[in-house]
Amino acid sequence: MRRSVGDLDRRGRAWYVDKAVAGLVFIGGISAIVFIIGIFVFITREGWTFVFGTLDFGEFFTSIEWRPTSENDPTYGALALIAGTASVTGLAMLVAVPFSLGAAIFIAEFATGRTREALKVLVELLAAIPSVVWGFIGLAIMNPLIIDLFDVPIGLGVLNSGIILGLMAAPIMTTIAEDALKAVPDGYREAAEAMGATKWQVIRQVVLPAGKNGLMAAVLLGVGRGFGETMAVLMASGHSINLPTSPFDSVRALTATIAAELGDAPRGMEHYQALFTLGIFLFIVTFCINLAADIAVRGVRKG
Amino acid sequence: MFAASALNERNRRVEGIYKALFGLMTVLLVVPVLIILGVLIAKGGPAVSFEFLFTPPTDQGRQGGILMPLIGTIWLVVVALIASVPIGVAAAIYLSEYAPENWLTRLINLAIINLAGVPSIVHALFGVGAFVVFFEFGISILAASLTLAIMTLPVVIVATRESLQAVPMAFREACWNMGATRWQTIRKVVLPNAISGILTGVILEVSRSAGETAPIMFTGAVTFLPFLPTGVLEPTMAMSLHLFTISNSVPNMPDEIKYGTALVLISMVLIMNAASIAFRVYLRGKKKW
Repeated sequence: MRRSVGDLDRRGRAWYVDKAVAGLVFIGGISAIVFIIGIFVFITREGWTFVFGTLDFGEFFTSIEWRPTSENDPTYGALALIAGTASVTGLAMLVAVPFSLGAAIFIAEFATGRTREALKVLVELLAAIPSVVWGFIGLAIMNPLIIDLFDVPIGLGVLNSGIILGLMAAPIMTTIAEDALKAVPDGYREAAEAMGATKWQVIRQVVLPAGKNGLMAAVLLGVGRGFGETMAVLMASGHSINLPTSPFDSVRALTATIAAELGDAPRGMEHYQALFTLGIFLFIVTFCINLAADIAVRGVRKG
Repeated sequence: MFAASALNERNRRVEGIYKALFGLMTVLLVVPVLIILGVLIAKGGPAVSFEFLFTPPTDQGRQGGILMPLIGTIWLVVVALIASVPIGVAAAIYLSEYAPENWLTRLINLAIINLAGVPSIVHALFGVGAFVVFFEFGISILAASLTLAIMTLPVVIVATRESLQAVPMAFREACWNMGATRWQTIRKVVLPNAISGILTGVILEVSRSAGETAPIMFTGAVTFLPFLPTGVLEPTMAMSLHLFTISNSVPNMPDEIKYGTALVLISMVLIMNAASIAFRVYLRGKKKW
């Protein structure tokens, strides 16, 4: 008996549903790409007339005069804002990098069993504290503490926001660095231990070199986090335009400037567009940092 | 017998020193936070009461409680979840069950890392440019929640992808061999086995969205509002922005209200987070494979 083509065709309802779902989840999958492009498109859409019109790139990167609300002569020099962000992030990294790498080594290599689990949970909870609460801590707890300890008139500035930012970035760096150390195959450690190496020798001469790209990615992501942090820096940095010369100087960060001024800048005005320009700048820099971290991690996987 | 040589002794001492050093660093990382939590509880605890939670703020927040911001945050989080969970789970299903190893998948992963890494204030600018202005939602819960949803999407995607990938391949193969389609397998075998892991991711997202300030402050949250929102196209107060306003912009703010608000916000976030972690640990213990 001959079968017709129709009998062999098993494309029932289930088959079509399957195809439809495959299409739907694919849309979900590429949504992340769509959103990233969307972010760039929409912030550029609001800011581009300024970027390609009024903006003087020389002034933007070399002038410290950020006076967007000046009646007759508004100026848009972002140097002081860039210096503010850089000084706060720099101090934060000075505090956070050694401590997070140390903590990551301790958690990944020395701690065992319950201690390890408990420390990991604590670090995870640390990472969950919202940035506005950190800002509040900077204002309400750190500010009087710094005034008392160092006998300065105001405790808001590079030191305060740097320490706060360091505490915020540390748990993230610790988690990623610990993952990077755990990704080093146990065979490496066992081989070194079999040669009679002590635990510290194994860590210093085998684990750290093998995991160094992952550690670098951890530091980069920490830098990215510090660079993009908004509320805590806005509240703890003092928010005055300044090229900082001492840790007690008050500074203003790029992110904080947007947060503080966007509410008062009418849509379509130069000031509003200038704030979106800062946003485009922030987006591009963090994109590069994340890309660099991604490339660093991929290096590990190939090795 | 092996006697420890002088070199051996020295090595062991060095190891002990480093272990102590790194241990100390870990402790120093954790201790300030415990102190801070202690201070918040000590100074904010007395202010927090049933009445504080459910009384509207008056006199710019100097008196009364935190009813409007509290309910506003719940609105924002719920709408953000409705938007992001379906997209996040779909994305995770694609990445775990369908995606081939090619440039597109790599690009998707890079985009997810970037969504998580873009500064929150840039997300806010995007929310203003896209939802408030372009789609004309205005300053509304909808605009703020969609901004939050996109910002926290990576949390759901990463948690869901991990729990889907934890389901053993043999489960899927057994199902395929029975003649089930890919989707039937996912729905009847993979998702039921991963659902609790997905839930921990969702709880984590709730905790993240509840604490965010920057993305909502120009898209839907306002500093003061004497009534509760009745729909998603209205603006609202929110806990995080309220804490910012009363600690940064309102003069003569009584300390206990500031500390009390901070304590309620941090408790919401940490309790959610701890619940997610506890749930995860419990599931790990219960795993059948």
